[in-house]
Amino acid sequence: MPVVLYLMILSLILGVGGLAAFLWSLRSGQYEDMEGAASRILFDEPPR
Amino acid sequence: MIAATVDAGISLSQVAPVAVCAHCGLPAAAGRRFCCPGCAAAFDTIQGLGLGSYYRQRVLDPATRAPRPENAERWDLGRYVTTDASGVHQLNLAVDGLQCGACVWLIESVLAREPSLRQGRINMTTRRLRLVWTGASGEAERFVAVVERLGYRLVPFDAAALAAAQDRTGRTLLRALAVAGFAAGNVMFISISVWAGFTQGMGPATRDLMHWLSALIAMPAIAYAGMPFFRSAVGALRRGHTNMDVPISIGVVLVTTMSLVETLRGGRYTYFDSAIALLFFLLIGRVLDHRARGQARATAEHLLTLRSNDVAVLQPGGSTRRRSQESVAAGEHVLVGMGERIGVDGVVERGAAPLDTSLVTGESLPQQAGPGTLVFAGTLNLGEPLTVRATATGSATLLAECVRLIEAAEARRSRFVVLADRVARRYAPAVHVCALLTFLWWWGVQGVPLIQALLTACAVLIVTCPCALALAVPAVQVIATGRLFQAGILLKSATALERLAQVDTVVFDKTGTLTEPTLALAQAARGDPEALRLAASLAASSRHPLSRSLLAAVGAVPAAEGVQERPGQGLALPTETGEIRLGSRAFAGDAAAAPAESAELWLARPGHPPVCFTFHERLRNDTAETVARLRGLGLAVHLVSGDRTAPVARVAAALGIAHWQAGYLPAAKVALIESLKRQGRTVLMVGDGLNDGPSLAAATVSASPATAADISQTIADVVFQGRLLAPVVDVLRTARRARSVMRQNLTMSIGYNALMLPLALAGYVTPWLAAAAMSSSSLVVMANSFRVRSGRV
Repeated sequence: MPVVLYLMILSLILGVGGLAAFLWSLRSGQYEDMEGAASRILFDEPPR
Repeated sequence: MIAATVDAGISLSQVAPVAVCAHCGLPAAAGRRFCCPGCAAAFDTIQGLGLGSYYRQRVLDPATRAPRPENAERWDLGRYVTTDASGVHQLNLAVDGLQCGACVWLIESVLAREPSLRQGRINMTTRRLRLVWTGASGEAERFVAVVERLGYRLVPFDAAALAAAQDRTGRTLLRALAVAGFAAGNVMFISISVWAGFTQGMGPATRDLMHWLSALIAMPAIAYAGMPFFRSAVGALRRGHTNMDVPISIGVVLVTTMSLVETLRGGRYTYFDSAIALLFFLLIGRVLDHRARGQARATAEHLLTLRSNDVAVLQPGGSTRRRSQESVAAGEHVLVGMGERIGVDGVVERGAAPLDTSLVTGESLPQQAGPGTLVFAGTLNLGEPLTVRATATGSATLLAECVRLIEAAEARRSRFVVLADRVARRYAPAVHVCALLTFLWWWGVQGVPLIQALLTACAVLIVTCPCALALAVPAVQVIATGRLFQAGILLKSATALERLAQVDTVVFDKTGTLTEPTLALAQAARGDPEALRLAASLAASSRHPLSRSLLAAVGAVPAAEGVQERPGQGLALPTETGEIRLGSRAFAGDAAAAPAESAELWLARPGHPPVCFTFHERLRNDTAETVARLRGLGLAVHLVSGDRTAPVARVAAALGIAHWQAGYLPAAKVALIESLKRQGRTVLMVGDGLNDGPSLAAATVSASPATAADISQTIADVVFQGRLLAPVVDVLRTARRARSVMRQNLTMSIGYNALMLPLALAGYVTPWLAAAAMSSSSLVVMANSFRVRSGRV
């Protein structure tokens, strides 16, 4: 039985981690330009 | 005749190979790499910076402005630069001419070379460039010049003026959705194990633990993700009416509270899963809905920014200074260059030029203006520079007057009550009274213990929980909006679909709506292919709309070298045998010829008689069919135009429209629509001009083509893209279909509730039964909503 407890706690921690990551990505504006993000991957970093 | 044919054949073979400019992709003179020196310079700059791979990676989009460097307007950038306390400057610009991801890469790469620039990043979705730099604020001029030399147009805008409120709602919804999704998934997992435990013998202690865990996850999530609904419900109640969010909020809160009580008591059943899952699904609907309409709004805002303009005010010394339109005082003199939009209402002092007034009056042909002519803000100067004495500026211009008319009309448009809210207004009180009576009956009359009476009353609320009801309308709306979006039809207003379904009268504007937005070359003028090609090669270097139409009729033709623009007259090309001229009748034509009824261009060549090209308005390819289909749907079709009587009558006759009015000013159009509405008509207004703005706002619901004036697009509930008019029929048909599916959904969910209610009143409903029936009714409603997708749009 304790194994279920551990697993539940583990799954909650993972879930909360995922939620936090999503909220962080939302806050840092990563959903503001979906179109740009899709095409940026095709190009090199701007040469300095 | 024979000689002429042979002659034409030889010339055609001489011009035949059409070269394409290596930078902007527009036609260039045969044998040349570039169409103009600006493009050559841009090409050299890009190669010099080692960014030549841009040309291999880009995909030119024919619908976007080609990246040809033009003489850009001079902006007073200082007004738009914001500086914070630490000396960091910021400037936001709208970018015109973005073709694809490669353009974004190019601009960002070039800006990365600027040492003082901290950030130069483009948002491709909104087509905006954000510059952040330190040092002198005047450096903005240099950054902008660098990008403009590549062929892009930059227009500054006030970031604060563009309301960020809409975006904030979107973020709040997305955050709520994330939280609800997380909680719904986890709680559902736990619930499944509890349900499995009923048959496999889970001990009460384990079950209680699972319930506690569910409560721990679900309660904060419901409190957070339910906020958009709770807030809207409280707002509605405060204003003294109810909407769909009221029963949703009450249902969710009660189900949660009851589940918590059951958890505390160690009961067998809890419903945290249904409460949070309901919120999750509703939020998905709201986020999608918000996105779909946000896209339309962002596009409209972008166009609006691009067309705004500073004006050149003449200073006492004769020099000019660029200032914002609002800062010009009456009596000041403003210089309006060729191809520039007039920023003020005023009187022409010096100069004579044709003006494109189509945006203001709906008139299709350019109007000649000279000293003493009254001109209005929003008209486009097609000829030589004009000096205009401002008589009214800013809020006093005709344009601003239009905006005021629009606001007034919108205020008059009574707040439309959506179907779901109309149902909720009757549904919510009925359900709550029912629950209260149940409680009083069991507690007061039957004398059962208080807690049991409360549980029975809660069962009534759970059974009548508006899960299916709350999904009935949004599900249909999201599916219909998505389907229309794929067809290039943007629904900007949430209630547009329901208003469209009630339409029984369609009022069309003529110019740019029933007809193509540009004039077309008359078939008769195509007789002489050599003259046509020659004229087009001259026209290629002009921005006059007739030149553009001529070019469009011929196709890709290299621009002739050395063409001179004669302001107000036309174009001239000096050759060894004399001057080739393209332009007005007085400049290049035969003064003795019969006066033209429509727009014309003349071509004069040494040794040839002058050739006349006539242009006329052309109906969109499917206008006649669309009008016929609208009648087939049982709709009355009206035509109201600001244009002269003759062309309007012609169009009306061609389409068989009996109700038509010509020469109507914006106010008269509004009056007509108001009178139609007073007759009990539900009016759809379709128009594109600035002059249609007020009537678009006055109509019950409105639509604009994507080529419309920005104000019209901003007001219109529906914006349709493409060259056809058929979207008007499509959107009406989809709306009607959506309404019938919405009604079916509502009937089904209310019918289910009516079926379950007696059982709940009698206290026979076990939570198991309620949960199963609740989710199955939601599924049925969702499945039914997908029927909007089937069948032709």
